[in-house]
Parts: sequence; structure tokens; C-alpha cells
Amino acid sequence: MENSYFGEFGGCFVPELLMPPLLEVETAMRDILPTERFQNELRNLLRNYAGRETPLTHCPTLSKELGFDLWLKREDLLHTGAHKINNTLGQALLAKYMGKTSLVAETGAGQHGVATAAAAARLGMTCTIFMGAEDVVRQASNVNRMRLLGAHVHAVESGTRTLKDAINEALRAWITSQQSTHYCFGTAAGPHPFPTLVRIFQSVIGRETRAQMLDKTGHLPQAVVACVGGGSNAIGMFDAFIEDREVRLIGVEAAGTGEPGCFNSAPLNLGTPGVLHGAYSMLLQTNDGQVEPSHSISAGLDYPGVGPQHAWLQKTGRARYGLVKDANALAAFQRLCRAEGILPALESSHALAWVLDHPQEFRAGDQVVVNLSGRGDKDMGIINKALGFTAQAGEA
Amino acid sequence: MHVLEKKIREANAAGRPALIPFLTAGFPDRSTFWPTLMELDENGADIIEIGVPFSDPVADGPVVEEASRRALTEGVNLHGILKELRERQGLIKAGLVLMGYLNPFLQYGFDKLARDAAAGGVHGFIVPDLPFEESEALRTALKKEGIALIPLVGPNTNVERMQLYTTVGEGYVYVVSVMGVTGVRESLPPEVVSTITRARSVFRLPLALGFGLREKKQLDAFPITARPDAVVFGSALLRHLEEGLTAAEFMARWH
Repeated sequence: MENSYFGEFGGCFVPELLMPPLLEVETAMRDILPTERFQNELRNLLRNYAGRETPLTHCPTLSKELGFDLWLKREDLLHTGAHKINNTLGQALLAKYMGKTSLVAETGAGQHGVATAAAAARLGMTCTIFMGAEDVVRQASNVNRMRLLGAHVHAVESGTRTLKDAINEALRAWITSQQSTHYCFGTAAGPHPFPTLVRIFQSVIGRETRAQMLDKTGHLPQAVVACVGGGSNAIGMFDAFIEDREVRLIGVEAAGTGEPGCFNSAPLNLGTPGVLHGAYSMLLQTNDGQVEPSHSISAGLDYPGVGPQHAWLQKTGRARYGLVKDANALAAFQRLCRAEGILPALESSHALAWVLDHPQEFRAGDQVVVNLSGRGDKDMGIINKALGFTAQAGEA
Repeated sequence: MHVLEKKIREANAAGRPALIPFLTAGFPDRSTFWPTLMELDENGADIIEIGVPFSDPVADGPVVEEASRRALTEGVNLHGILKELRERQGLIKAGLVLMGYLNPFLQYGFDKLARDAAAGGVHGFIVPDLPFEESEALRTALKKEGIALIPLVGPNTNVERMQLYTTVGEGYVYVVSVMGVTGVRESLPPEVVSTITRARSVFRLPLALGFGLREKKQLDAFPITARPDAVVFGSALLRHLEEGLTAAEFMARWH
């Protein structure tokens, strides 16, 4: 096993029974992924099935208000509504080339589950999705979407009944089914080689953004900004810019309700190093090393761990990670709806909120790109509740 | 010869597999855990594995996970387990092994863990989420105190990967019987015989078979050459205790 660490972070802390399938994925990354045939087929799927490339949209109203140029990378326009499909198409195709006939995956909000189910359906594979029982209730419409796409959805009743427990259960299922099945991991976390594999498939976001900025303005942006849960859309945006030292990389974690000691989803800012789900990274945990529950208004950021490359980018100072509270994300959501006619996912609203709340970080003439990782349609239930829309329904 | 290996070889010399019950710390509850452990010790346990609870036990099935969750709710933690072991130092005849996931051990600090475990009479560790590639730091710390890091292998561990563990393994080798998590199973899969045979060809250490075991007659179908040197039973014991039955009754099934 090679290059399984980012500095001191990463690794492969899994039961021995999972080492053979992980080594098999590593081999496929070396032998299959770079081939022309694979790359052509993936490019075709991304272009003609998922809807790449996605636009880079300038925000005239917000730019005027902020005093610098704000751009949005429109991953929200992709098929199934978020950047997740970049990764699931890549992994599903790789799995197919490896001779696997099934996919297993975890999902929190349901976005990765829907994207995996769609990729499986498209490529003629069977699909099993593990989802915390709590999330099955909170995200019922995504459960229906997955089922319509042919996936078996298992509600996970153990532990906190959310994303981290869904990952535990998916790993357990993979131990048993590894011969025929690939674990289509949803974020740039987990055991090696997933942080690298997911980054490879998501890095199309940053590559396109970089080329689009050069094309539109002739310059690289001053900053790229993305929300961080597990960290897949952020690493996808950052990757192409890591060597461009003049481009600031800003990740945004979810601070939860924001009062001191509240549950949050911000291990980079508020956690300590530890091992969860196969990787040594930053983690929300007790002094005894028990994993603590996380919280965010955005289900897609609601995870107590984070990808190991982000821990390393933070430690080396190459990237900086901010915090945004539930209420500020909600305010940014509303502001983008009104100012630009775009309804962002609550996850992406965190990234946007950080920029809106920190205008002093930028100067006139700066170009700032926010990765709009997903669309907000899936969040309407949460948003209606948070904004009290049901009570005021008669006024609308 | 490591003391854990010696315990198993002594049982084998008496014509039986060594018996290794697994008990989650704080199970059935905090007040009955130590009496239950002592009862196992008095009723033929050669080695006892004490489960250190963790919030996210990915290699465990529902029975051990639930026991782990309950223990955490009752405030069981590694500090307490090691302290209580120290207080009972010398009272337990069986070999002692702590079985738990890496993160609580990591947060405790490997060197301090090794010292405190040695002071508590612990002879070995089993860490299910620590494959060979990640195991050097913990193994080195434990070795300074004469504590073994027990390797785990399973049906999909080929000869090459088994050989990685032969250079470093001590005490015994934990052979996982099934492609799955801990928990009682009606029958063991046929591939368990080839797993044991393969492990036998690679390791000089005794082989302890675990996952899915509940009673002696499960081993009857095994060819003599593929009989394990020791048997580990966890979920079946926890379930038995949960029904209000005694540890002594469970151990009697294995004699």
C-alpha cells in the first residue's frame, strides 16, 4: 500500500478482512483508471449524462453589494442535484471495469445515495444504500428517489442512527459482499484509497473552474471557497489550485446552532486528531476517544469526521477553514435566492455565508469563487420549518 | 514462549482446545461485570478477552455493539477498566486480553497504555481496526512491556498477507471464521476449514477460532488437522448472560 498518508493524516485503519478489497481498489486505480478507454467512457458519462461542464456564473447583484466579484461554480445544475454524481459515476464505472456487479453506499441527507442509485441504474448494477433511521425520516423524499432508481434502502437503527452509523453498517455489509460488490464511498474521507479516489473524481470541479476563470477574466481567482463536511466538494475545488500559491483556499465548516459547547460539524476547528472510519484525521470526540454526535441544519455536513487531506491542508496552512452557524447559512440561502434567483443547498449556503459575512477579507477587483455544490430543492422541508413558512402559508 | 501461547498449549496438552470467553467491560451491568468475569475464570477460561467499549465498532454485530453502547451509557471507559484490573492484579488465573478499537487506545497514549495494562496484568491486545500496515507503533509500545498484539486473519487473508503477520505476531492468531462481523451463526461456513489449514501452514503460533461460535459440537465436523487450538465465544455468551443464565452454565457446554 502506497501514499496512504497526507503528512501525518490518513492511513487505512480497517479490519484485516477489508484489506483485500481496498488493495483491489488501489490496484484498479493504478491499472484501470488512467486508461484511455476508461477516461473516454467517464468523460462521455459526465458530459452527456450528468451535464458537465457546469457553468461558472457571475453574481452581478451580490458583487455590487460586496464590492468584489463573486462567482458561483454551478455543481447544483448537475443531474441528481449536486456534485456527488461526479464521484458515483467514476466509482461505479471503475467497479464495473473491476468486474463488480453491485454497489453499496452510505448516505446522510440522501444526495450521495441518490447519485449512487442513479449511477448503478445507468450502468446496470444493483445497489444497496445504508441510511440512518433518523435520516430516513428527515429525508423521506430522497428515500423515495433512491427506491424509484432501483436501490434497496436499509434504515440503520444502531448508534446515533445518522450518517456515521450508516457508514459503520455499509462497511460491515462490504465485509460480507466484497467479492461482487464495490463500496462507493461518498466523500473524500474513510480508509485509503478513498480520500484519493474521491478527490480524483471530484477534481474536475476545480479544473473546470480554473480554465473558466482564465477564459473569462484572464486571471486566477483570489480565493476559492467551499463547504466542508467530509470534504469532497471542497477537495474537488481545491485540488487544481493547490500549486497556485496565490489562490486562497477557504473551507467552511458547520458551526451548528453556535452557542458555546453546542453540537457542531466542525472537527477541523473544534475537534482533535483521532481515528474514525479508517482514517486518522480531525474528529469530534470525548477525551476518552468516543466519537461525539455532530449537528448541522445541513444534513450533508452533519458528520463528526473530515477527510484527512483537509486536516493536512489546515496543518500546513495551505488552506484555511472558517465556521458558519445554522442561522447565517439560512440567511445566505435567502439572500442568494432573492439577489440572483438561485436556490442553493444548505451545505453550499455555508460557503456562501462565509463570504457574505467576511467582505473585509477581500478587496475591490478580487475574484472570489464559491462552489455551489448542490441545489436547495431537497432542503425545502427544513427551510420551511426554519423560516416558519407553514404558519404563514395563508399569506403567500 | 509468550504466556498466552503457554496457556493455550497447556490446554492442548490436556487434550482440549483452550477456551477464550469474550466479555464486554461493564456487561451485564457495572455491578455484575467483575463477579461474572471471576466466574468465567473459575469455570475453565484459559484466557479472557475483555471488550473495551467504543462508539463505532465496525467489526461487531448487533449483540456486541449493543453491549458496547450500554457500557458507554453507564460510563465504562478505558481508565476505569485499567484501574479496576490493577485492583484485581493476581486474582485472575486466566490470561487477560483487551479487545477494542484503536481510537480509545490512541487517545490514552500508547506508552502509558502499555505500562498501565502491564500493571493491570494484561497479556495481550486485539485491535480489530489495526491491520499490519498501521500496527507498528502500538506493537512497539506493547512489546516493551511484554504484551502481545494478537493478529487477526480471515477467509480472505491469503498466504502472503498471513506471512506479514508471522514476523511480528505473538501469543496466538485470531482466525475469523466468516466473512462478516461478530455474532452467533447457525452453522460455520465450509471455507473455515481451508482458512485454518492455510493459517496452520503459515503460523507456528496457536490458532484461536472466533466469530459465530456457541457450542462445542460446531467443531465436531472439522477434520482433526483443522481443529483450532483455541475457541473464542462472545456474542453467544453475552446473549446467554442477557437471558439471566450464569457464566458457569455457559462454560459447562464447552467441557
